[in-house]
This record gives sequence, C-alpha cells and structure tokens, in this order.
Amino acid sequence: MNFDISEEQQMLQETVSQLIENECPLSRIREIFEGTDGYDPALWKGMVEMGVAGLQIPEEYGGAGLEMLDQALAAETLAYAGAPGPFLGHALAGLALVLGGSEEQKQRWLPRLAQGEALGTVALAEGDNVWQPEQWKLAGGSTLLGQKAYVPYADMAGVIIVGVAGPGLVLVEKGASGITTENYDLVDRARQLCTVSFDSTPCEVLPEGAAASERVRDAALVLLAADAFGSGQRLLDMCVQYAKEREQFGVTIGHFQALKHQLANMALEIEPTRGLYWYAAHVFDHVQDESARMAALAKAHITDRTMQIARDAVEAHGGIGFTWECDVQIWFKRAMFDRAWMGTPSVHRERAAQMAGW
Amino acid sequence: MDLDYGKEYEDFRAEVSGWLSSNWPPKGELAELPLAEGAARFRAMASEAGYLNRNIPRKYGGGEQPPDAIKGQIIREAFAKVHAPMEARGIGSMMLVPTLLERGEEWQKEKFVKGTINGEIIWCQGYSEPGSGSDLASLQTKAELIGDEWVINGQKIWTTTAQQADWMFCLCRSEPDQPKHGGISYLLIPMKQDAITVSPLKQMTGGADFNQVFLEDARTPADHIVGKRGEGWSVSRTTLKHERNSIGNAAQSEAIFKGLVALAKTSQYNGRPALQDPTIRQRLAGLEGYILSHKYSGLRQFTKSAKGEDVGIIGLMNKINSTNIGSEVSKLALDLLGDDGMLDPIAHEEMTLLPTGGNRGWINQYMYSLGIAVAGGTGNIQRNVIGERGLGLPRDYYADRSSGK
Repeated sequence: MNFDISEEQQMLQETVSQLIENECPLSRIREIFEGTDGYDPALWKGMVEMGVAGLQIPEEYGGAGLEMLDQALAAETLAYAGAPGPFLGHALAGLALVLGGSEEQKQRWLPRLAQGEALGTVALAEGDNVWQPEQWKLAGGSTLLGQKAYVPYADMAGVIIVGVAGPGLVLVEKGASGITTENYDLVDRARQLCTVSFDSTPCEVLPEGAAASERVRDAALVLLAADAFGSGQRLLDMCVQYAKEREQFGVTIGHFQALKHQLANMALEIEPTRGLYWYAAHVFDHVQDESARMAALAKAHITDRTMQIARDAVEAHGGIGFTWECDVQIWFKRAMFDRAWMGTPSVHRERAAQMAGW
Repeated sequence: MDLDYGKEYEDFRAEVSGWLSSNWPPKGELAELPLAEGAARFRAMASEAGYLNRNIPRKYGGGEQPPDAIKGQIIREAFAKVHAPMEARGIGSMMLVPTLLERGEEWQKEKFVKGTINGEIIWCQGYSEPGSGSDLASLQTKAELIGDEWVINGQKIWTTTAQQADWMFCLCRSEPDQPKHGGISYLLIPMKQDAITVSPLKQMTGGADFNQVFLEDARTPADHIVGKRGEGWSVSRTTLKHERNSIGNAAQSEAIFKGLVALAKTSQYNGRPALQDPTIRQRLAGLEGYILSHKYSGLRQFTKSAKGEDVGIIGLMNKINSTNIGSEVSKLALDLLGDDGMLDPIAHEEMTLLPTGGNRGWINQYMYSLGIAVAGGTGNIQRNVIGERGLGLPRDYYADRSSGK
C-alpha cells in the first residue's frame, strides 16, 4: 500500500518546474499576458526535448510510456508556474490516437507528436455548452461539414482529433481542404482556443474512436482537475507570502486573525483535493470501472474550489489584487478556463449522480 | 502509487483472519460470559497475540509490536469484517495512556495502564473551566500540597463520563507565583470522594453527554502527579495532540454520507422523489467531492506515517474537514426531512457522529455536529493552528504575549 508519488514522479515535477523557471519566468508570462498567442516557443521546445510532449505515448512509438498520473503531475506543475502553451490539447490528441487509432495511424502520428514535430489538438466542443461525446452532432464519415468550438491551438496544429457522432473520433490533417480556424479573444492569455470550420474536409475515422472518445473526455477532466489544483496551490502560496510581507497598523497583516482564518480556510479547501486528483488519475489506468465517475467528481470539485480561492485571493490582496499588475489575475483566469473547458462543474456533478444510479 | 498491500502483508492478513476465526466469536467458556466481560477477555487475548494495543509494552498489558501503520490498518480491516471488538475506546485509553507512557512514572504506568486499556478503570478529563475555554492556560482550579496530599478546589466543565469515572486527569494551578503556563500541574484525582460533585450539563439537544465537576477540598496523594510541579502544561500537550489526531476519520464521513444517500432515496422533495430533484443531485455530488478529498487525504497521511514521514499540513486539517462534512451532510438531511424537521430530536443515542433513530436521529445530528465541531478546541482555534503551524504565519500578538515562552 503506497498512496504517494514516486521519486521519479517527484523528479518529473521538479524538472518541469526548473525548465519553466529558466525558459518562461513570471516576467515572460506577463509579456505573454499582454498578447493573445498564449504560446512561448522556447518553453514548448524545452518541454518537447524533455519528453513532456509524449508522456503517455508508448515507448515503441517514441514516447515516455508513462501513465495518467504522470501526465496529471506535469499538468499540476505547469499550472503552478502559470505556464502558457498547448500541453492540454496535445496530450489529449496523443491519448486519443493511442486508445483509438489504427496501427498505421499510430505509426504515422505518435512518433511525430512525441518528438514535437507536429502539434496535436482535440476538437470536442460544438458551442451552446455541448462538450460531451453523447451530445456531439457533427457527423463524421470520410468528410466533415460543420464547425467545432473552443479547440486549443488549432491554427498551429498538425493534426486535429475531432469528436463526431457515430464513429466517435476522426483525424484531420493540417492543410486539409475546406478547413478554416478563427481565434477567440480569451480571458486566460496563457491559453489559446479557436473555432474550426470544416467544408467537405477529408478526414479519417479512428477505428476504436467511439470507446476512446469517452476515455479522452475522462482524461481531459483529470488534467483540468490537476491544473486547477496547481493553480489553487499557487494562489494560496501567493496570499500567504503577501500576508508575511505587507504591513498595516505597524505589523505584517498575517498577524491578524481575520486574514489568518481566511487563508486557513483556503488551505482547507485546496490541500485535501490533491489526493482526489491523484486517485482520479490512478484509476484511469488501474481501476477503469471507477475512472469516469472519479474524473467527473474531481473536475467538478477541484475547479470549483480553485475558482473560489481565486476570488478569495483577490480579496486577501486588497486593492492591489484587483489590478492588472498583480499576478493573481494570471491564476484567476486560468481557474476560469479550467472550470469551463469540457463543461462546468454542475454538468459533471449531474453525470456523477447518473453514474451512481441516483 | 500502489493500492495493493503486497505479499508480506497479505500473508499477515491471512494470519490475523486465521487467528480471528478460532477466537471470535468467543468459544467455549468465554462464550458463556456476559457480553462485556467476554469482550474484555477477548481484548486481553488479542493484545497477547500482538494485534491490539500494539504500541503498549507487554508488561502493561499491551501487544508490544514495532510501529507498522499498514499492519495496524490490516488488523482494523480484519477485525471489522467479523465485528470483533477493537481497543476499548474512551478518553482514558485514547488520551491518558499515551501521556502516561510518554511522561509517567514507572509505578503510575503499572498501576493505571493495564486497567485502563482493559476498560476496568474509567477516566474523565479535567481541563476546561467556565472561565477557561480556548485560553485554557488561564485555568484557576487550585491545588495546594498540604502534608502528603494535594488539596484541590475549583470547577471543571465539559467533562464527559464524569459520573462513571473512577479517576480524573486534571490540570490545576499549583504554583500561583509562576507565569500562566508555568504554574500548572497535571494531577490524577480519584473521583469517588465526597468532596467531588458531578452535575450533568443539559445540551440543546436535550441529552447530557457532559458534566460540570465541582471540587471542594478534593484530595489525592502527593505522588499522583504526572511530570514535575509546574510541568502540567507541557504534559497536557502530549494529550491534546492525541485528541486532535483522533477526531478526523474519513470512514465516519463516508458512513454518514451513505446514510444521507439512503435518506434521499426514501424522501420526497418539491413534490417528487428527492433523487429526481436536480438541486438535491447537485448537492449530493458536491458533498461527495469533499468526502472523497477527505478520504484520499487520509490515505496520503496513512502512507506518509507508514513510511515514518511527516504528514505535513494535511494532518492539521482532519478535524475541521470531518466536522464540516458532518455539518453539511446534516444540513442537507434537514432539507430532506421537510416537516419532520420541526420534531424534537432523539437524544438517547448521542456521542456518535452517525445518526440512528430514523429521521429524528438526523435532527439530533443537525445540532450535534456543532458540538463535535467545538469539542477538543473550536474550529477557529484550529484555524489559528493551520495558519501558524501549517502556513507559517506569525502568531497572534496577544497569544504571543501570554504564551510564557
């Protein structure tokens, strides 16, 4: 019995953390927040070289052959640092191919994804809060006609895995005919999302796409839960730091019980959720019966906790917390993204209720 | 991460189960004994076998085994499976025994430990006073050494099991000249004496789990002191640590949530079965997020302590997390009760986190969860602990001034 991460997993988190510190420190993240790309080429290149682009891709296809927990730990670390970039969509595209692709599709794409020669992404949403596989209306065959929404970094992607009614998942290559993308103006400047329109765009069916689509959804929920946990921890740490530095009435404000209790409550909300996201990641690979429900509950619970912590964090910083200059906004907005992408908490609580037979 | 126990431990589980199958339920003459006596004899045998009271030396009636959190967990699981009794609960075995083992004199351990873990000696705790709650070190109950006896005068409050208790472990002010924390001694006082009056304290639920205890020239021998004169505060910290650690328990949170789901399955809400109501479904799933977080935090702590590592800030959170869950669960239960929420609670099954007695048990739980939240130090005191010890925030100015450090 060992409900803890391994030394290798701790090292993975430390290495990723170190990379971000070197390649994309807070000053650089702030620059990215002034633009709309949500992308840092040097950081992504460093992540690719480190193997983070292919964590869950089997070794025979050039990946690291690791598990959901490793991927989720990386997500936590990236979120804690406020790192921008296409990690989420890329990880999910790789997993979709691993779980749903034909041998030929895997051989063609997985090595390129693992080595960062191509960027992968997933097109799941259809607008009007449609995210879940069972809701997808876009018809998939040999061509696509219609639109997908909130697709991460679609304008940069070499391959897009598209969720469709029927076969579940299809693959569209960069430059396919009839494909157009348009960027959203997002609140979280560390991410980028696009609408993708298909006009008789050729596509390939993933043979196991129907079953894989459910697993990709669960994986997305786990990664968002891990991301939210990292963000929540960072927000709490920022507030604690500020409480130890900022002085009023002649003492640091951390002396005051009102603030101390507010920070303790934030810790009580976020710290216990670490075990929840670990468990949701663990069962993804090891106890598949529990996986879908745990992923749903983890995403719903942790993204809600972090959103509230982000609001508390603004308050705990006083007036400065409300400014563009204050770093709280970086994680406040990350929390908004994590909470909404793939469906809001209430959607996943209702799914969890159904799966419990309530 | 590996949620299996591994072969060595599965072998141990088989050993424990084998032992249980030949000893529980009680066989032969043991089966003829009254229930409580049979259980006491069984506990002694299980300690002898090394399964119970594992951290207590054999010479005091314990099982004397090297610390092994995983074996401890396996024993709990195996015993629970066949409903075999575990260690006798109660403030004596949970708090006094660890304190005596750490700080007591040899004769004190010999005299008290075995009887306490067997359930023959019942204890109560004399800490809080009407004027000394969160600021416990301001306590005023006076102890004077007159001849070869301590003479004690004062009043204690929130004293659980005071009527049944044979002994009280009690904080008294014995050194009035010393600063606040340095003037306290930790005394062991016999309860069955005329100078002690126990008066039950009726709660808002109608029940009476706690008492007031009046000590008017109560006496105890001079050597019935744990630690030296004036060391009582530090001796009591050993005990309070054990109390704080004992309150957080995810199994209880899971059980109470299971009870809530069962209630929801049989209740009507807004004119239809409660489980068809979207708001009830949302609230249940929302609560489950907290319960699972608490559960897996428990597993993390379990792993850390099994490896001998510090569990960190999460160890300070068990109490508030479990009491918050108890409170939120009972709030949802009250909504499910609807009209029945106006009925008087059933008070006879108190001192439990799990509602019994049907719907009216939930009304009791609705109030009782607040009592649990205050027991062993209020939530706000625990928030100070999380802020100061967990997050490293500076100590409160006033607490600093009077800490005696």
